[in-house]
Amino acid sequence: MSRTRTVALPKDMYRQALVEAFKKLDPRVMMKNPVMFVVEVGFVITLLLTFFPGLSGGASAPIYNGVVSLILFVTILFANFAEALAEGRGKAQAASLKKTKQDTKARRMAKDGSIQVVSSTELRKGDVVVVDTGELIPSDGEIIEGVASVDESAITGESAPVIKEAGGDFSSVTGGTRVVSDSIRVRVTTDPGESFLDRMISLVEGAKRQKTPNEIALNTLLVSLTLIFVIVCTTLSPIATYVHAAIPVATLVALLVCLIPTTIGGLLSAIGIAGMDRVTQFNVIAMSGKAVEASGDINTIILDKTGTITFGNRMAAEFVAVGKVTPEELNKAAAQSSIYDETPEGRSIIELAKRLGVDATELVLPGSEGVEFKAETRMSGTNLVNGASIRKGAVDAIKQYVVAQGGSIPADLEEKAAKIATAGGTPLAVAAGANILGLIYLKDTVKPGMRERFEELRRMGIRTVMCTGDNPLTAATIAREAGVDDFVAEAKPEDKIALIRKEQAEGKLVAMTGDGTNDAPALAQADVGLAMNSGTVAAKEAANMVDLDSDPTKIIEVVAIGKQLLMTRGALTTFSIANDVAKYFAIIPAMFMLAIPQMSALNIMGLATPQSAILSALIFNAIIIPILIPLAMKGVKYSPMSATKLLSRNLVIYGLGGIVVPFVAIKLIDLMLVGLNLV
Amino acid sequence: MDFLQISLVLVLLLILAIPMGRYLANAFSLDATRLDRVFGGLEKGIYKLSGIRMTDMTWKQYAVAVLMSNIAMVAIAYILLRLQGVLPGNPSGIAAMDPLLSFNTAVSFLTNTNLQHYSGESGLSYLSQMMVIMYLMFTTPATGIAVVMAFMRGLTGQRSIGNYFVDLVRAHTRVLLPLAIVVTLLLVAQGVPQTMEPTATATTMSGAEQQIARGPVASLVSIKHLGTNGGGFFGVNSSHPFENPTPWTNVLEMLSMFLIPASLPIAFGHMAKSRKQGWIIFGAMGAMFLVFLTTAYVSETHGNPALEQAGLSQAIGSMEGKEVRFGIAQSALFTAITTAATTGTVNNMHDTLTPLGGLVPLGEMMLNCVFGGDGVGTVNILMYAILAVFIAGLMVGRTPEFLGRKIEGKEMKLIAIAILAHPLIILAPTAIALATEMGTAGISNPGFHGISQVLYEFTSSAANNGSGFEGLGDNTPFWNISTGLVMLFGRYVSIIAMLAVAGSILPKKPVPETMGTLRTDNNVFLVLLIATVVIVGALTFLPVLALGPIAEWLTLR
Repeated sequence: MSRTRTVALPKDMYRQALVEAFKKLDPRVMMKNPVMFVVEVGFVITLLLTFFPGLSGGASAPIYNGVVSLILFVTILFANFAEALAEGRGKAQAASLKKTKQDTKARRMAKDGSIQVVSSTELRKGDVVVVDTGELIPSDGEIIEGVASVDESAITGESAPVIKEAGGDFSSVTGGTRVVSDSIRVRVTTDPGESFLDRMISLVEGAKRQKTPNEIALNTLLVSLTLIFVIVCTTLSPIATYVHAAIPVATLVALLVCLIPTTIGGLLSAIGIAGMDRVTQFNVIAMSGKAVEASGDINTIILDKTGTITFGNRMAAEFVAVGKVTPEELNKAAAQSSIYDETPEGRSIIELAKRLGVDATELVLPGSEGVEFKAETRMSGTNLVNGASIRKGAVDAIKQYVVAQGGSIPADLEEKAAKIATAGGTPLAVAAGANILGLIYLKDTVKPGMRERFEELRRMGIRTVMCTGDNPLTAATIAREAGVDDFVAEAKPEDKIALIRKEQAEGKLVAMTGDGTNDAPALAQADVGLAMNSGTVAAKEAANMVDLDSDPTKIIEVVAIGKQLLMTRGALTTFSIANDVAKYFAIIPAMFMLAIPQMSALNIMGLATPQSAILSALIFNAIIIPILIPLAMKGVKYSPMSATKLLSRNLVIYGLGGIVVPFVAIKLIDLMLVGLNLV
Repeated sequence: MDFLQISLVLVLLLILAIPMGRYLANAFSLDATRLDRVFGGLEKGIYKLSGIRMTDMTWKQYAVAVLMSNIAMVAIAYILLRLQGVLPGNPSGIAAMDPLLSFNTAVSFLTNTNLQHYSGESGLSYLSQMMVIMYLMFTTPATGIAVVMAFMRGLTGQRSIGNYFVDLVRAHTRVLLPLAIVVTLLLVAQGVPQTMEPTATATTMSGAEQQIARGPVASLVSIKHLGTNGGGFFGVNSSHPFENPTPWTNVLEMLSMFLIPASLPIAFGHMAKSRKQGWIIFGAMGAMFLVFLTTAYVSETHGNPALEQAGLSQAIGSMEGKEVRFGIAQSALFTAITTAATTGTVNNMHDTLTPLGGLVPLGEMMLNCVFGGDGVGTVNILMYAILAVFIAGLMVGRTPEFLGRKIEGKEMKLIAIAILAHPLIILAPTAIALATEMGTAGISNPGFHGISQVLYEFTSSAANNGSGFEGLGDNTPFWNISTGLVMLFGRYVSIIAMLAVAGSILPKKPVPETMGTLRTDNNVFLVLLIATVVIVGALTFLPVLALGPIAEWLTLR
């Protein structure tokens, strides 16, 4: 599990949400949520009847009308509050991002090479700016010259600076991040207001939130259920009048509000916003809610081997001595060659040596000096005090090094190196002076826990495919070790697109992660493309999600969040609709009991009076909304299991629960109303 | 004994439905089958004569074809009814039907409702019985079968939704005509008349003169049931001894009206290449049916407490309005089946059912998917299945899919239209009728029972059932027009909406099934489907039922 960015809910956030809840009472805003709009209309009608009881034609009880009206008002407020609260969390996150987006000064380079200082808001696409140590990068762009370490913590929350350099896959920089060392020239790639940070802010703020396809479909269902109950309630009045059981208007409104799916209607948008928010908390920015929804439907995940499934940096697995060298000699030399090597490879060599019995005291070499890895020499090592030079590096490079010093090549070196390569490993040669001592077998290692995660995915019905540039033999070894379902070896970027297309042709939805420019087409082709923030601008543009931590395995969490979002919607819809059963049994006998005394036989809950029954049902209908807000925000619990099991479990909890809970709750509220002498 | 009678019918039905389901799937296959060799010659002749090309249609073409052909049918029917007085085939000299009643009758038979605001023996000539009533009795179930086939092809992702005219012809040649011939002969063997002779005059033992109506009864009765039509040759329908003389004809009639509706879900299983899927749909319908049947039977055997108090023995149950030759079991079963299959034929008077017994036919018609009429019932339950998948499917964390095809906004909109239309066309006219003089004037028993009478009339029209609660004076302009419109909306709104759903689902690429897919062929889904039907379809009507039959039951206890 990766580090999450949690925004606590401070008190003033609740206060702000409450203010927003009142602002949202504006009918023009309420219209967007037809279910709650019907409640508002009901509120207005009962409010009018409170002050003008004669309006409905007959006499009606103003106090009763007033109470119904009040409960309806609170119901609307609760629903608005839920939405405002969900939006508020996004706004809080956006505010913290906005802090980084101050107006900075930029040093723009004119065509003639002269430099002028301008405000960052004046920068346009194509401008070139110079950024020195300690300065903020004024806008998104691409490094065209220089190497620098950049502190991206403002966006990613990760404090360790990252190296960015011109050319290659690490050339993109983000506006609002700080250069920690060196100087770079950056070509600006966005106009003001369109930068990555700007888009992120508007996304987490929910300003541009569009309803997702599934939300629209669900909304259609809720609206049609609402209309059905409007029909039921409006026709009920003349029918009841025929048998002289006239129903007060406030009671009809109460019945209507209880029957329409207010619970899900009030929480639906909060669920959607909170779902996006959960993704953000994982430090992933989803470009649309649609992408989050689609991730719940993913059938196949395509993962790069290096960096995702394996550590990418290879680990020492074995030392292979050559010629007449003893293993002990080799072990010691291999370890000594690496004491100044801080790379994970170097660390792993020392660790392996220690495990093989090399004494730690032999690795404390005062006065010795380290030789850094250089691209020209392709080796690194240690110069000892006694003048001996220990080197390790690519087999070819070490061979050249030894030959140059007049040494000879052991006969079995080639053969042993080839053996390591065919097994999927990388051989490194170790030399002491002019003698080659042996080989270090570097092996790509599968990250711990990957096997379990793939197993988990399989239980969700998701297939994993590993993509790697390795030869088929190596690929098969890693695939078997990691437990992926399938793999593509010697994969070129275009193979990835072909694979995605093939899966999509079978009707599957495909997710993939990527960072390089050549990943961009595949990221665009995939249904869910998760780009790494460390990657190129092209990759980020093509993807529909960006992971700020650049952790490719996070795609698995995103899938779970997508599923959770849909499940929460389904669960609360089911709960809301199932509630109607109990509400019918509370209200129908209450409506007719006065005109038709025998109706009390249907009062199976034994509610005290018709009024207490109606009010209890209405109160339950109102308070269930805030009670379910935490569930809507957190999402229902999800653990990977087969769909049938999940369905049975959720049907029992939210379906059966939705039938039983209101029976109990309405009875309790009724008892309370009676106990407080309110009815 | 009662139990034996009832289970005999249901077991026979099951035995017949299994091969029939497979047969239907084959008979309407888009690919060539061996059946083509048997029926191909005749059908090719019909295609040639009428200029039908066997090309695949889009859903829009299919829907237009349904509407156009139905408009032509209703026009023919209306003209014949208006002219029956001067046309031949009228030995009893029956006059023309008045315009509004003709409209109501033509629409009623066009929509497979067969609501009769007239009495067959005195209102229709033999020509009208055969050329209007029997003609529509064949073409409308054929239309229903065609539509369900198109719908099922869409859901199961066949090559196309088919060709309406081919389906219409096949429904006649491969299903309705052969079955009708067999059933007619069996009925004649049991003593049902089949003659062109005019009304017979007889002298009774006491010397009085009696007019005995007769005519081509057997052929009409056979298709009346096979086509889930329900319009009787005689006013009292299948309680008339000439329509339904013996317990055996009673069984035969029940089986023939239930056969096609019960076979269609099984045919669906064959088309979906998942027979279990078909059985789950069948199971949901069957479970609901058994609950209704039990309620009716128990309620009727317990008799009428009001009559008990008046000193009339209710030891053998409530026999008011029932035929002695059928008894409680055969009457309750017939009632449950006729309203489940939305046939509307009756062998007892539903008006005199006990309140809860009367709730059963009302409830079945309100759901309109407890097997349902030929074709449309299966369309309805599949619509509920899609709805169930949509609501609960989300709970497994995927956007909903049915048989591998995604259910999205467009489908939901179309389904919303269908689930909205049904309560609207039942409740709105009921409210209007009860609030106005022109509506209340026809009610024979005011009070709660009056509500039941009105509600029943519109529910029966909306569900295209056609049975009457009777006791309602319904041959008035108000009733003829209102029920006529309700019947039209009841049939065509959902047919068009569901054809559109088929058209929208068909081209979708099926998503392969995985562990994460919601399975729709197991018992969990069966429970879910029933719950959806009950909560979405039935609870809507609870308030009005509370004022009608439930209030009557509570006050009568």
